[in-house]
Amino acid sequence: MSFWLVLTVNSVTFGGLLFLLSAGFSLIFGLMRIPNLTHGSLFMVGAYVGATFVVGMLGFALNFWLAAILATLTVAALGALAERLLLRRLPGDQLAQVLVTLGLSFMAADFCLMVWGGDPLSVATPDSLTGFVRFGTVVFPAYRLAIIALAVVVAIGLWLLLDRTRLGAMIRAGVDDPDMARVVGIRVSQLFTIVFALGAGLAAFAGITGGPILSVYPGLDQDMLPLALVVVILGGSGSLLGSFVGSIIVGFIYNFGQALLPELAYFVLFMPMLLVLLLRPQGLFGRHVP
Amino acid sequence: MSARLIALGIVFVALLTLPYWMFGVYYVNVASQILFYAIFALGLNVLVGYGGLVSLGHAGLFGISAYATGYMLQLGYGHPTAILVALIMGLASMVIYAVLSLRSTGIGFIMITLALGEILWGLAYRWISVTGGDNGINVPSRPTLLGSSMSNATTFYYTTLLVFLISVGLMWVFVRSPFGAALRGTRDQPRRMNALGYHVWAIRFWACMFSGLLTAVSGILFVYYTQFISPQTLSLTSSAEVLLMVISGGPGTLLGPFVGAGLVVVVKNVVSAFIERWNFLLGAIFVAIVILMPEGLVPGTARLWRSLWRKRAHAVTPPAAKTEASS
Repeated sequence: MSFWLVLTVNSVTFGGLLFLLSAGFSLIFGLMRIPNLTHGSLFMVGAYVGATFVVGMLGFALNFWLAAILATLTVAALGALAERLLLRRLPGDQLAQVLVTLGLSFMAADFCLMVWGGDPLSVATPDSLTGFVRFGTVVFPAYRLAIIALAVVVAIGLWLLLDRTRLGAMIRAGVDDPDMARVVGIRVSQLFTIVFALGAGLAAFAGITGGPILSVYPGLDQDMLPLALVVVILGGSGSLLGSFVGSIIVGFIYNFGQALLPELAYFVLFMPMLLVLLLRPQGLFGRHVP
Repeated sequence: MSARLIALGIVFVALLTLPYWMFGVYYVNVASQILFYAIFALGLNVLVGYGGLVSLGHAGLFGISAYATGYMLQLGYGHPTAILVALIMGLASMVIYAVLSLRSTGIGFIMITLALGEILWGLAYRWISVTGGDNGINVPSRPTLLGSSMSNATTFYYTTLLVFLISVGLMWVFVRSPFGAALRGTRDQPRRMNALGYHVWAIRFWACMFSGLLTAVSGILFVYYTQFISPQTLSLTSSAEVLLMVISGGPGTLLGPFVGAGLVVVVKNVVSAFIERWNFLLGAIFVAIVILMPEGLVPGTARLWRSLWRKRAHAVTPPAAKTEASS
């Protein structure tokens, strides 16, 4: 009984992390019409940068959450820079943009290997959350529950941003019909930069919050990118609800798959994606076929 | 045109006599590598260059044929059976790839092939009872052809060269055939082709199968060359490498993939002798080519050359030289 309960909590935790990662992926995909193949790298770079801040440089260590925020801002700035300097040069050429993100992801992976080496880096859980929470006979690590809470807070924040603000309305207009949005005077290319920075920041935040659970190692980017891809294919691009539901589904399948069918976990993960592709190519909550 | 024929003739003779003038066995082996990667790139070029369908999962197909060969040999079957099973496995996986990914084109096609490639990579990595996981599968021996063992670098080179020439011949026929023209039609004007009565999906499907055949053949050559297969071969990096071969050489050209394969294999071998940072360079080349020379090295250089030539010809005798240069 408690085995299943723990597995369920772990699944929801992982789903929460995936949501942080894939919400930005989905928005970028919805708005710019490209799968951002650097998204796994942004996750990894965020985790490495955050871990470096936590461990401390020059005998000067930071609080975990402060480090997370700094890492998020750093990576968001990097994302905005990549969009401004590189993707911006290839307007309308989506194929070229995808290839540039692919090239950047290789460069980022090798850069991380060069700077942080090949050994996994473990990130200490923040002091206030090292304890356990007891529900009846079962105990849960407080940190995992905190991640769930964080994911819910970010989800609500993003929903408010997209649904209640002027910027959100412009982003939604851009996702639905970029040409028409331009016609009515929305500077869609400026939105590209904003959304790219937002997505990069969220991915980095997911990376550092996931650090205490997943640890940080070379190849983390290649592990996370396909998951984000599956979430977005499942949920549909550009849809916040879609990436939320998709993340939870993938979180469950991934954890249960690893517990029950360890050899085929990766394969099992992709089965719902294939089903969705066959039956509902635009995704569960998507508005247009990619 | 005649200059081009002479150049092709020189390349052909050079390839044919390569083991006799090359400095050593190591370089003959590098040449074999270039040739089977060129077959792989030719296969991908069918989709990328002529069909307008960019696949980021081709390393999965390449790897599955290689794994099938290794696995069958491990089970104790002979080389002909292993090769046959590998071809069938490669083509069968291509059917699945095609059915799933041809539901969309453009970015959707990239995403689905990428995901399928990752599935195969994940299977190779985690399905340890079949694939051996990270340890991979060793292939103890190479087959014997016409009484001479392929474990000899020269024999292996000539076998690869033969398969490469057959593949280029097939590509040449394909590009000039009505089928090739129809595929280019579906790349440029799918809706018009549909209106003209062509079955766009079927044309793309058979193009996928042709691409899958070349990919499977190159995968088998690869596994016999390295005599070892591990999940690394199926990774996204490998898919990107072969895509780089196609793009750098010039998608939609007959010999571009050969040039691209030569470039990537040589750079990889030379660079990895000096530094470990091959991936960084691979990424940087990718970004540079996409931004600076989007049509590929072969057409890009040809364009630069032509525009230089035209400028010079223009200065001497404007009308006649100009039409000749631009034709």
